[in-house]
Amino acid sequence: MSHTVTQPTRGGAVRGGRWGDPLFANLALAAAVLVFLMVLGILASLWAGATPALERFGLGFLTSEAWNPVTEEFGALAPVYGTLVTSAIAMLVGVPVSFGIAVFITELAPPWLKRPVATAVELLAAIPSIIYGMWGLFVFAPLFADHVQPWMTEHLAGLPLIGPLFDGPPMGIGMFTAGLILAIMIIPFISSVMRDVFETVPPMLKESAYGLGATTWEVVRYVVLPYTKVGVVGGIMLGLGRALGETMAVTFVIGNAHEISASLFMPGNTISSTLANEFTEADSELHLSSLVALGLILFLVTFVVLALAKLLLLRLSAGEGRAS
Amino acid sequence: MDLYTRRRLRNAFHLGMSLVVTLFGLFWLAWLLGTLLVKGLPWLTWEVLTEPTPPPGGHGGLANAIVGSLILTALGVLIGAPIGILAGTYLAEFGRHSRLGKVVRFVNDVLLSAPSILLGVFVYEILVVPLGHFSGWAGGVALALIVIPVVVRTTEDMMRLVPDTLREAAAALGAPYWKVIAAVVYRASFTGILTGVLLAVARISGETAPLLFTALNNQFWSLDMGKPLANLPVTIFQFAMSPYDNWQHLAWAGALLITFSVLLLNVLARTFLRPSRTKD
Repeated sequence: MSHTVTQPTRGGAVRGGRWGDPLFANLALAAAVLVFLMVLGILASLWAGATPALERFGLGFLTSEAWNPVTEEFGALAPVYGTLVTSAIAMLVGVPVSFGIAVFITELAPPWLKRPVATAVELLAAIPSIIYGMWGLFVFAPLFADHVQPWMTEHLAGLPLIGPLFDGPPMGIGMFTAGLILAIMIIPFISSVMRDVFETVPPMLKESAYGLGATTWEVVRYVVLPYTKVGVVGGIMLGLGRALGETMAVTFVIGNAHEISASLFMPGNTISSTLANEFTEADSELHLSSLVALGLILFLVTFVVLALAKLLLLRLSAGEGRAS
Repeated sequence: MDLYTRRRLRNAFHLGMSLVVTLFGLFWLAWLLGTLLVKGLPWLTWEVLTEPTPPPGGHGGLANAIVGSLILTALGVLIGAPIGILAGTYLAEFGRHSRLGKVVRFVNDVLLSAPSILLGVFVYEILVVPLGHFSGWAGGVALALIVIPVVVRTTEDMMRLVPDTLREAAAALGAPYWKVIAAVVYRASFTGILTGVLLAVARISGETAPLLFTALNNQFWSLDMGKPLANLPVTIFQFAMSPYDNWQHLAWAGALLITFSVLLLNVLARTFLRPSRTKD
C-alpha cells in the first residue's frame, strides 16, 4: 500500500489518529475485498448450482438442442444460439448508429446542441428494460408485423444465402425484433464511449489534417478513428456485453420457444430469457441446475467480453498522447 | 467528376448519415416516451397510488407494489452505498496504486455491466435456498449488489478529482489521515458521490430481473421483509403479460410512473454533477 499523503512520524500521537487511521483504512480495505469476493462468490455459487447438470450431461450440454422438463433432457444449444443471434443483430444495427451519433456530437453539432443531444441519447439507457419490453410487445411488434415484415419477406426472402433468414410468418415477435430492440438499448452505451474516446484526440492532430485540406469525414476516417480504434473496439465490446445479458426486454418479445430456426422471424430464446421464464417454475433439481448452468455460461461469456472491453479501453488511455 | 467534388460529396454523404442516425436514435426515445404517455396517463389516477393491487377485473391500484419498491430500493441503497463508498475510498486513497486496487477496479468495472439476472441467481443461491423462501431481504440484497459497482466507480472518480495539495494542506495542519479524508476529501467530493448514489437509485428502481428470484411478488399488503414482497417492476411484468384489461391498464400506469421517476432522478443527478464535472 502506498499512501499518497506522507504522515508526520508522530501521526499516532495526534488526537484520534492512533485508532482512527487503522480502523478507517481497514474498513475501506474490507469493502474493497468484498467487491472482489462478490465476483468469486457469483462464480462459485453458479458453479455449485450447475454441478448436477454438468455431471449428468457433461460437455454434451453445450451441443444438445433438447429442453424437456418431462424427460429431464436439457441442452444449452437453443438458448446459446438465440443469445448469439440476437446480440449479433443488435451489434449490426447498433454499432453503425452509435458511431454516427458519436461523430454527430463530436464533429458536426454546434456547441449549444452537443449537450442536449448527448443527454437525450444517454436517457435511452436510463429507461428500464421492462419498459422496452412492454413497448416492444404491444406497440412495436404489431406495427412491425403489419408493415415491415411482409415487405422484408417479399424483397429479401428471395436473396441467395441470407434469403431464408427473412422467410417466416409475420408475427411481430421473434429473434429479429428482439435483436432490434437490443440495438436501441445498447446505442447509448456504445455511443457514449465512442464520444468520450473521440474527444481524447489532440486537437492539434485534427487541425493539422484540416490544414492539409482534409474534409470533416476524412479527418474522422483517417485521423480520429486510427487514433482511437482500440477505444472504439472497447466500446463495442461493452455494448456486446450488455446485449448478451439483457433480460426483460428480450423476454417480452422473443417468443420463448426452445428451438433453433433458420428464420429470424421465428420465436426463439436467449439464456437470460430462459432464466427469467423458468427459474421460479422449475420443480426438479435437474431442471433448476440446468438453468443455473445456462447462467454460468452467460457469466463466463460476458465476463470475457467485458474484461476484453476494459483491457482495450485501458490500453487507449495508456497510449494517450503518444504517437500511434 | 473530379476528385475534389467526389471528396466533397463523400463528406456530405457521411455527415448526412450521421445526422440521420442521430435522429434515428432520438426517434426511439420520443416514441417510447410518447407511448408511455398515451397508454399510461389515462389510467394514472389517485387509486393507483392509494389502493392495493386488484384481482383480475376488480378495482384497485398499485399502492402495495409502490411501497414495496420504495422499501426494496431504500434497503438496496442502505446496504450498497456505504460499502460502495468505502470501497471507492480504498481505490482513491489507500490502494491507489496497489495491486489489490488494480484488481478491484477491474473487477468492479466488469460487475458494472454484468447481467443483472445473474445477481438474482446468486442471491437465490445464497439467501433464498438456505432460508427456504423468497423474501424482501433477498430482494434488497440483490439490488444492493447492483448499487455497489455504480457507487464504487463514481466515488473513486470524484475523490480523485480532489487535488492532492488539499490533502497535503490538511495533513500539514496535523490532521490524521482519516480526518483528512472525512473532513476534506469527502466534503470536496460530496456532490459527486451523491450523484453516484442517485444514479444507482435510478438504476435499481426499474430493475426487474434480479427481483424475479429474490423478492418475487405479493398480491397483498405486506410489509413483512421475511416474506415475498410486492414490488413495482415484477408487478408490471405480471400484469402486462396477463390477459386482463384492468391489469394491463395498471401495468401501463406503473410503467409511466417508474420511467418518469427514473428520468427525473437522472436529470437531477446530472444537474448535481454539472458544476464539478471535469475531464479526467
